[in-house]
Amino acid sequence: MDHQGPSVLTALGLQALFDSLRHRGYRIVGPKVRDGAIVYDDLDGVADLPQGWTDEQAPGRYRLARRDDAALFGYAVGPHSWKAFLHPSVQRLWTARREGDAVTVTPEPTSAERFAFIGVRACELKAIEIQDRVFVGGAHIDPHYRARREGAFIVAVNCAEAAGTCFCVSMGSGPKVEAGYDLALTEITEGEHRFVVEAGSEAGRQVLAELQAHAAMDGDLDAAEAVVQRTAASMGRQMRSDDLRELLAANLEHPRWDDVADRCLTCGNCTMVCPTCFCTSVEDSSDLTGAESSRTRRWDSCFTMDFTHVPGGSVRASARSRYRQWMTHKLSSWVDQFGTSGCVGCGRCLTWCPVGIDITEEVRAIRESPSKQGAGT
Amino acid sequence: MWTLEIEPDGPASAAAAPGQFNMLTAFGVGEAAISLSGDPAEPGRLVHTIRAVGPVSHALAQLRPGAALGLRGPFGAGWPMAEAAGRDVVIMAGGLGLAPLRPAIYRLLAERARYGQVQVLYGARSPADILFRRELESWRRRLDVEIEVTVDHAAVSDWRGHVGVVTTLLGRAAFDPANTVALVCGPEIMMRFCAAALGDAGVKAEAIHLSMERNMKCAIGLCGHCQFGPVFICRDGPVFRYDQVAGLLRHKEL
Repeated sequence: MDHQGPSVLTALGLQALFDSLRHRGYRIVGPKVRDGAIVYDDLDGVADLPQGWTDEQAPGRYRLARRDDAALFGYAVGPHSWKAFLHPSVQRLWTARREGDAVTVTPEPTSAERFAFIGVRACELKAIEIQDRVFVGGAHIDPHYRARREGAFIVAVNCAEAAGTCFCVSMGSGPKVEAGYDLALTEITEGEHRFVVEAGSEAGRQVLAELQAHAAMDGDLDAAEAVVQRTAASMGRQMRSDDLRELLAANLEHPRWDDVADRCLTCGNCTMVCPTCFCTSVEDSSDLTGAESSRTRRWDSCFTMDFTHVPGGSVRASARSRYRQWMTHKLSSWVDQFGTSGCVGCGRCLTWCPVGIDITEEVRAIRESPSKQGAGT
Repeated sequence: MWTLEIEPDGPASAAAAPGQFNMLTAFGVGEAAISLSGDPAEPGRLVHTIRAVGPVSHALAQLRPGAALGLRGPFGAGWPMAEAAGRDVVIMAGGLGLAPLRPAIYRLLAERARYGQVQVLYGARSPADILFRRELESWRRRLDVEIEVTVDHAAVSDWRGHVGVVTTLLGRAAFDPANTVALVCGPEIMMRFCAAALGDAGVKAEAIHLSMERNMKCAIGLCGHCQFGPVFICRDGPVFRYDQVAGLLRHKEL
């Protein structure tokens, strides 16, 4: 194949993509069915993908269901996100050895693992871009994130289904992938089961050139465009987002925070499933003799009491203050800190909240309330 | 309360500015943010004053002379010493908050001619809690600096000084509010009252500087713990101009 435009692959051709990536030394990670959910895990081949499955999502609810076709990507996003691979939940930072009064510290080497991510959605690409700003966009770089990120090959997928909790259109982050991928697929199930493929990088072009892909016809492109249009028109949620920074900053004492605090269990699920939440803690451990010690970084959550612990106690002792911190950080102060919203509209925090708190509903309640402070409509 | 002197044996870290902090590790126990409390003019002698309240500070306080510890730093934005030149300086400290102000006091006294009136107003819980007491007494003997100490409560038998909150000392202090820089460090509630009292005395909000405390794990803006609204205390502070944080300080549990 020597053309540079969009191409078309069959399901068989998709297996050839897997083979090519494995041959190039990538560890292939993508969606598979496990424990009643679609999670991200190592994939052996196309046969591991959740063929014929979809998901039904609502605040506090997630169920797998059978589709009446053989779609490989016919679902939205599950509880996992790619941060589990780029910013793992547990990362050792160093080990130290004590001999007498001398201590030698050995930094943990960065990972040489090269991931190929299969099935990255537009909202997830945006989430990776947002975490890039946190970990490699500032004065201080996280070398572990950078190593994994620079080695990764991204096969994106345009969503053909929106979940009941999706609102990427509101956040300007989907459903069509725009940038940041090596290859982008659109799955077409009408007629012959096929994938329209576009390369978004030199690495992507090289891989695509080796595959048995033929140039996409107008019919293929029209069908692919229709998939994205249909998904964009079927978002389960909406949230006006252009004024969120100002709206929430002006309403830090709104009575709605008390209302949501009555429902919030401060379990931290929303922070664990959020693809942009990046907070961590560190813990040191040592062997019984104290000669060997190490420091490990772990995901942390602003919903814990320990998160803000200082000698005088926890700064955010109430559920009200902790929910407020999470939501105002995500939608408002994130903009001050990193120049973008921290929300991509993936809906995970709605789905995986055990009491079904809906961030779009909480925003609406503040926006439409008579006690709202500040300008705006 | 312990004061820990560290001689760096690794690659020399940058000279610390007054008000900056280091991250100190007790190996096998953990790491904590500790402000520098020594004279910045002696970079080979890193002095930290620690209250042994948690596992890390406790382990640091138990180190024997010659023992090794881990050190990263210095981090953060310190006191605006250049801005204070040529102006009166009012220092208000509460409790352990005197420690991060001590490097600034050393510089003010060492380069005394660069500044106008210098006032150090210090409040402690009780006479026994007064930090750097001998040093305060020796500074008090100088004729070119005003040092006033007050305690929240004391038995008449062991205290003849002021009793009351630190803001009560402000009325006795001589300074030109229009040409003053105020440096404030202590518990948050104390800093809010100090800022209000300084404002009432005519000091502009942008001339008042506070040093904030939050939980910190990384000191480089990556762990998320020290967020205070839009700012990261570790990276954007710990010293802030009051007008930049006054709106945030109005909200409890932010």
